[in-house]
Amino acid sequence: MALLELYHYWVFAVLLMIGFYAVIAKLNLIKKLIGLSLFQAAVFLLYITMGKVEGGTAPIFVDGAIDQLYSNPLPQVLILTAIVVGISTLALGLSIVVRIQEEYDTIEEHEIQEIDRQ
Amino acid sequence: MTIIFSFFLLTMLVVTAIAIVRIQDLFAAVMLSGIFSLLLAANFFLLDAADVALTEAAVGAGISTVLFLSALAMTTDKEKAPSSNRVIALIVVTTTTLALIYATFDKPAFGDPDAPIHQHVAPWYLETTREAIDIPNVVTAVLGSFRGYDTLGEVFVVFTAGIGVLFILGAPSGKPRQTTDLHSEGLRHYLVPRVVGRMLTPFILLFALYVQFHGDYGPGGGFQAGAIFAAAIILYALLEGEQRALDAIPRSWLIGMTAGGALLYSAVGVTGMLLGGNFLDYSVLADNPIAGQHIGILLIEAGVGITVTGVLLSIFHAFAARDKF
Repeated sequence: MALLELYHYWVFAVLLMIGFYAVIAKLNLIKKLIGLSLFQAAVFLLYITMGKVEGGTAPIFVDGAIDQLYSNPLPQVLILTAIVVGISTLALGLSIVVRIQEEYDTIEEHEIQEIDRQ
Repeated sequence: MTIIFSFFLLTMLVVTAIAIVRIQDLFAAVMLSGIFSLLLAANFFLLDAADVALTEAAVGAGISTVLFLSALAMTTDKEKAPSSNRVIALIVVTTTTLALIYATFDKPAFGDPDAPIHQHVAPWYLETTREAIDIPNVVTAVLGSFRGYDTLGEVFVVFTAGIGVLFILGAPSGKPRQTTDLHSEGLRHYLVPRVVGRMLTPFILLFALYVQFHGDYGPGGGFQAGAIFAAAIILYALLEGEQRALDAIPRSWLIGMTAGGALLYSAVGVTGMLLGGNFLDYSVLADNPIAGQHIGILLIEAGVGITVTGVLLSIFHAFAARDKF
């Protein structure tokens, strides 16, 4: 059971590295961006996991509840804003990819490098 | 029961992530990443993060899928070569995964109330929210008031990213594309999505307003409401054609919203200074400090919602307009 308590963190580690693999090994730029958002999602999961308190509930006060445990609100605030910032930066990345496609007619990294060398 | 469910969801997350990376068809990868986001949102909900789950569902499963699809429409939906330096990459990734897993053995057990993270400022926020701000949702209180500076910074990051997209995609396209009627008309010829979408759009908008103004009392707030509002308009644009959406909210309004929300947020901060408090100190906005906090949070959340809606819709229209070249 002690090992099962760390399952969330293991999933974090695996997801983080799946995303990282896509960023370093894939040649397609859109695939790299998808990998980057997987990487980002893993970090979100880590923060939210750490904020969880056993037997707690969402940090919204309930009238009349005495001695109610609440989960940690702080990581939730950080991740809430990070998600929206993440989508904005993703859009910025995608718009750069679209411009690259228009200039080079490809979004495969090795083909772009080949054109650059010519 | 919850434990089994969360194990199932976490395992599904890993399976989906592997499928996303392995599949060569980018269209399928984007669809799978929508499923990934939805699974992640369900996980967040199980981990007591209702606000975050709401945001992830609206942003991850809704808006980012639409953005990826519009990028695919302008580029390609097939990956050419599978990967480069596969062996080295796999070795690096496996080693790092094992190192990270080894590091987790030192972490406090999942859900342990005595973990260091729950000892520092978190209890202070939980206690002080009742006395100083007196709204039930602590996440909104921390986001809007205690950490108002951070949130102001985030709003400006969103604003900057939106401006960046407009600059990059606003430039004239090098190679003109063929004009298609499909985009100007949307999915108008498909009866079922159109009827269902038309019925849903007003309710999604209403829900966005509820999330915006009920954020003090339940899960919600400006970031979530902005994402949901933008999703509703994007749905309308997909169904009825982009032009109809632009008729409803013209481009000039969107630019105004993008800047206006961030300015409204800053203006609340400056007003606090003019009334004798610190920047973003809402207590001076009314005779009663708690009432002042309520007014301040309501206004800055409105600012956040306006900017997020403006930026997300501007980005969508920038991509959609590019598609027509």
